[in-house]
Amino acid sequence: MQLIKNGICGTMESSDIMIRIEPRDNGGIEIQLSSSVMQQFGKQIEKVIRETLTDLDVVNAFVKADDKGALDCTIRARVNTAAYRAAESTDYVWRTKE
Amino acid sequence: MKQLRRSMLFVPGNNPGMVRDAYIYGSDSIMFDLEDSVSINEKDSARFLVYQALSSLRYGKKERVVRINDLTTGLGIKDLEAIVRAKPDVIRLPKTETAQDVIDCEREIARIESEAGIEVGSTHMMAAIESARGVLNAYDIAVSSKRLIGIALGAEDYVTDLKTTRSDGTELFFARNMILNAARAAGIDAIDTVYSDINNEEGFIAEVRLIKKLGFDGKSVINPRQIPPLHKEFMPSEKDLQKAKAILAAIAEANAKGSGVASLKGKMIDKPVVIRAERLLELAQLAYSMPVEEI
Amino acid sequence: MDKLEYERVIEMKKVSAPRGNFNGTSAKETETFFERMHSKNRVLPSLKDAIIKSGLKDGMTISFHHHFRNGDHIINYVMDVIAEMGIKDLTIAASSLTDIHAPLIEHIKNGVVTHIETSGLRGELADAISHGLMESPITFRSHGGRAAAIESGELHIDVAFLGAPSCDPYGNANGYSRDDDNATMCGSLGYARLDAMYADTTIILTDHLVRFPNAPFAIPESNVDYVVFVDSIGDPKGLMSGATRYTKNPKELLIAKTAADVIEASGYFYDGFSMQMGSGGASLATARFIREKMEAKNIHCRFALGGITGQIVEMHEAGLIDRILDVQSFDLIAANSLKNNRYHIQINASYYASYLNRGAAVNQLDFVILSALEIDTEFNVNVLTGSDGVIRGAIGGHPDTAEGASMSVVVCPLTRGRIPTVVKKVNTVVTPGRVVDVVVTDQGIAVNPNRPDLYKKFQDAGLPLFTIEQLEERAERIVGTPEPIKYKDRIVGVVLYRDNTVIDTIHQVDDDE
Repeated sequence: MQLIKNGICGTMESSDIMIRIEPRDNGGIEIQLSSSVMQQFGKQIEKVIRETLTDLDVVNAFVKADDKGALDCTIRARVNTAAYRAAESTDYVWRTKE
Repeated sequence: MKQLRRSMLFVPGNNPGMVRDAYIYGSDSIMFDLEDSVSINEKDSARFLVYQALSSLRYGKKERVVRINDLTTGLGIKDLEAIVRAKPDVIRLPKTETAQDVIDCEREIARIESEAGIEVGSTHMMAAIESARGVLNAYDIAVSSKRLIGIALGAEDYVTDLKTTRSDGTELFFARNMILNAARAAGIDAIDTVYSDINNEEGFIAEVRLIKKLGFDGKSVINPRQIPPLHKEFMPSEKDLQKAKAILAAIAEANAKGSGVASLKGKMIDKPVVIRAERLLELAQLAYSMPVEEI
Repeated sequence: MDKLEYERVIEMKKVSAPRGNFNGTSAKETETFFERMHSKNRVLPSLKDAIIKSGLKDGMTISFHHHFRNGDHIINYVMDVIAEMGIKDLTIAASSLTDIHAPLIEHIKNGVVTHIETSGLRGELADAISHGLMESPITFRSHGGRAAAIESGELHIDVAFLGAPSCDPYGNANGYSRDDDNATMCGSLGYARLDAMYADTTIILTDHLVRFPNAPFAIPESNVDYVVFVDSIGDPKGLMSGATRYTKNPKELLIAKTAADVIEASGYFYDGFSMQMGSGGASLATARFIREKMEAKNIHCRFALGGITGQIVEMHEAGLIDRILDVQSFDLIAANSLKNNRYHIQINASYYASYLNRGAAVNQLDFVILSALEIDTEFNVNVLTGSDGVIRGAIGGHPDTAEGASMSVVVCPLTRGRIPTVVKKVNTVVTPGRVVDVVVTDQGIAVNPNRPDLYKKFQDAGLPLFTIEQLEERAERIVGTPEPIKYKDRIVGVVLYRDNTVIDTIHQVDDDE
C-alpha cells in the first residue's frame, strides 16, 4: 500500500493507542513508542505494529505511537485505520475469522 | 437451548476500553455499535476495532450483536464486508422501515458469507424499528427473513418521527404493542428500547416492569448498572415458580392416571396455563443454571 | 518523728524508702493556673530549640506519623531544620511516606538521611529509591510489625516529631479540637500515640494551641517532652479530604457486589459480626452492598476496625455498627465522628495489630476486605511494587489483618488496563498466600485450597468459582505475556512480615537499554 499523507487514529484514553503514521521514501519502518506499560509490553507492541504494517505491504513509514495499555487487537485496529487513512484508500481487505 | 435476551448491553464501537470490558457485566447479549454512537469521522476506526475485537476476543456465551450503519448511506455495506467475516451472532439493522430493507440487507450478507466460505444463513439478523412507517410495517418486517431472531424498538428516533418527546411511556404505547404482537405472530423475540437516565433506578425498574407485563423478551441497556435490576425483574418470583411446578406436577399426575383432565385446587388446568407454566420454568432454569463460564 | 524512729524504719523488712528521710519541700508556686500555663510550660520558641534540647545527634533514629496523608507539612519542615543544623546520618522511621515527601530525595543525597523504615513509599521518592538512590535498603514493615518492633525495642526511636491538630502548653495532643470547630482535624492519632509512649524524646508540633487540659487527648502530656508551635501542620485539602465517595465505576461495583455475596455466603455474616474494610473504590462499594444485606436480614455489626471512612460512620449512626475502633480516620466524616460519637474511639497501633499482643484487634475480625497490586497462583499478595518492579504502595495493615481475620478477602480487577493483577509469581511477596483466603475479581472468584470449608459454602451459594490458575490464564490470554522485569543486583528494600522476619527483598530496577 502506498502512503500519501499522515494518517492518525486512536485516542489517549485508557486501553487505547494513538497512532500517527508518516510516509517516507526509505529507511524501513521506524517506530517511536511511548507506553504506560513500556517495560512489560513495549517489545510486543512494536511487534504488532510492525506485523500489521507488513501485512498491508507498507515498507517505509515513521510511526509515532502513544499507548495507554491497548490490547493487541486494538493496536491492529488503530494501525490499520491510520494506514488506510494515510493511503487515502478504502480498498479494505478483510480476512475471515477461523 | 433458547438464547435468553433479557439484556442487550450497548457498547460504542469506537471505545476500546468498553469493547474489551463488555464481557464482564453478565448481559445476555452485547451490541457493538457502528452507527449512532460513532461520529462520522470515525466510522472506519470503529469498523476496524469491532472487526478486530470479534476476531480475537472471547465473549463467552454472550450473544454478539453488531449494529451496522444504514445500507442507504454506503457505510452499511462497508460495515458488512468487514463484520460478517468476523462472524458475529447477529447483525442489527437500524431504521428498518419495510420488509425490503431486510431483504436487501440479507442479500448482501448472503453474498459475503458465500465469498468468505461461511455457511450461508449462519449469520442472524435483528431489525430495529425507529419510525412510524416501520411500526406500521412491523409484521411484514418480522416475517421477511428466516435469519431474523427479533425486532426491537428504537424510541429516540421514533418519537421524533411522531413529533413528540419521550415522557412517561404513553408516547410509545402503540409502537410497543405493534412490535410485540408482530414478533409473537412471527415467532421471534421483541426487545424494548434503552432507558437513558442511568441515575434514575426507580424510573428504569418501572419501565422494565411495564414492558415485562406487556410481554417483551428483554431490553437494551446503555450502562452495566442497569443489568442486575433488569434481570431481577425478569426472574420469576419464588411464588410463581412454585405455582408453575405445582401445575406441571398435577399434569404429570393426571397423565400417570391416564386421565385427560388435570386440576389444581379445584380449578381445571387448560393448555395455555400449562404452556405458561412450562415457559416460566424454562426461563428460570435458563437463568439460574447459566453455567459459570470458562472462556 | 524522733531520731530513734528514723533508724527503726530504715531497718524494717519490706518497708521500702530507698530515698531516705523527708528533707523539707521547696517553696510553693503561687501564681494562678492561668499565669502558670503561660509561663511555665513545655512550649519552646522554635523547633531548633526543641531539637537542641532533645540532644539529637548524628546517627540517631527519628520518627513521624502519617495521619496527615498527602497534606503533611511536618516531615519536610522538620527535615529542613535538621539539615540546616548540620545533623547527618539519621534514620527516619515513619509510619508511612507519601508523594508529598519527595523533598527527602535532597536530604538523602546530602547525607542527612541514610536509612528509612516505613510501611510504604510513593511518588518521586519511591521511584528514585527503586532506581538506587540509597546505599542502605529501606526496611518495610506492616503497621503491626512496626508497633511490635517499637514495643520490643527492635526499633528504638530517639526523637519522635509528631504533628497534632491541637495541643495544650503541656503537651496533651489530639487529632481534633474541642475548642474550635474550624481547626484542621485528622481524627485518630493511633500511630502517633505509640511513638510518643516509647520514644526517648517526644516533640509535638501544632498550629493550634489550646488551653490546658486539651481533653480528650490522643497523646497524654506524660509522654511529651516539648511542644513547638508551627504555622501550618498540613494542607487541609490533603489532610481532611471530604467524604470518600461511592464509586460509580461499573467494574468496581461488580467486584463489590460479588464480594458482598461472598461474605454473605461465608458463614461470617451473622448478627454480631466484626469487620474491616479497605479504602479503595471496590472496598468502599462493598460496604454499601453489605449494608443492604444487613438491613435486609436485620443483622448488626459488633465492631468495625481500621482505616475508618464516612461509610462506616454512617452505618454506625444508623445503628448498624455498635462500635468503631479507629487507628486512622480516612476522611472528614470519620474525624468528626471520632470527635462526636462516644462509641467511636481511637486505638494505638499496638492495640490494633501488634503480633506480640494476643488480643490485638485484628485477631477479633471475622473478615477483612483487602486490595492488591498483584496476587499470584500461590495466593501471595503484593501491595508494594508495581508490575514494572518500581515501589509504589504501602504495606499498611495488610498482612496483620489477613493473618488475624478469620477470613481475608482480596478484591481486585482481573486486569488494570494491560497490567494483569493475577499473575504466576508476584514481584514482591508482602502477605504470604497461606493467610489469604479468597480472591474476588470482576471475572470470577478463587478460593485458597486450604479453605475447603469456604469453597463448599460458595459452591452451594452458586457463586462463580474458578481456580486461581484459571484466573491467571484468563488474564494472560487477554493482555498477553509481559516481559520479565530486569533487575540489578543491589537490594533497595527489605520487606518484613508482621512478625519482623524477612519475607522478601526488592531489587533495584534495571532500565538501562
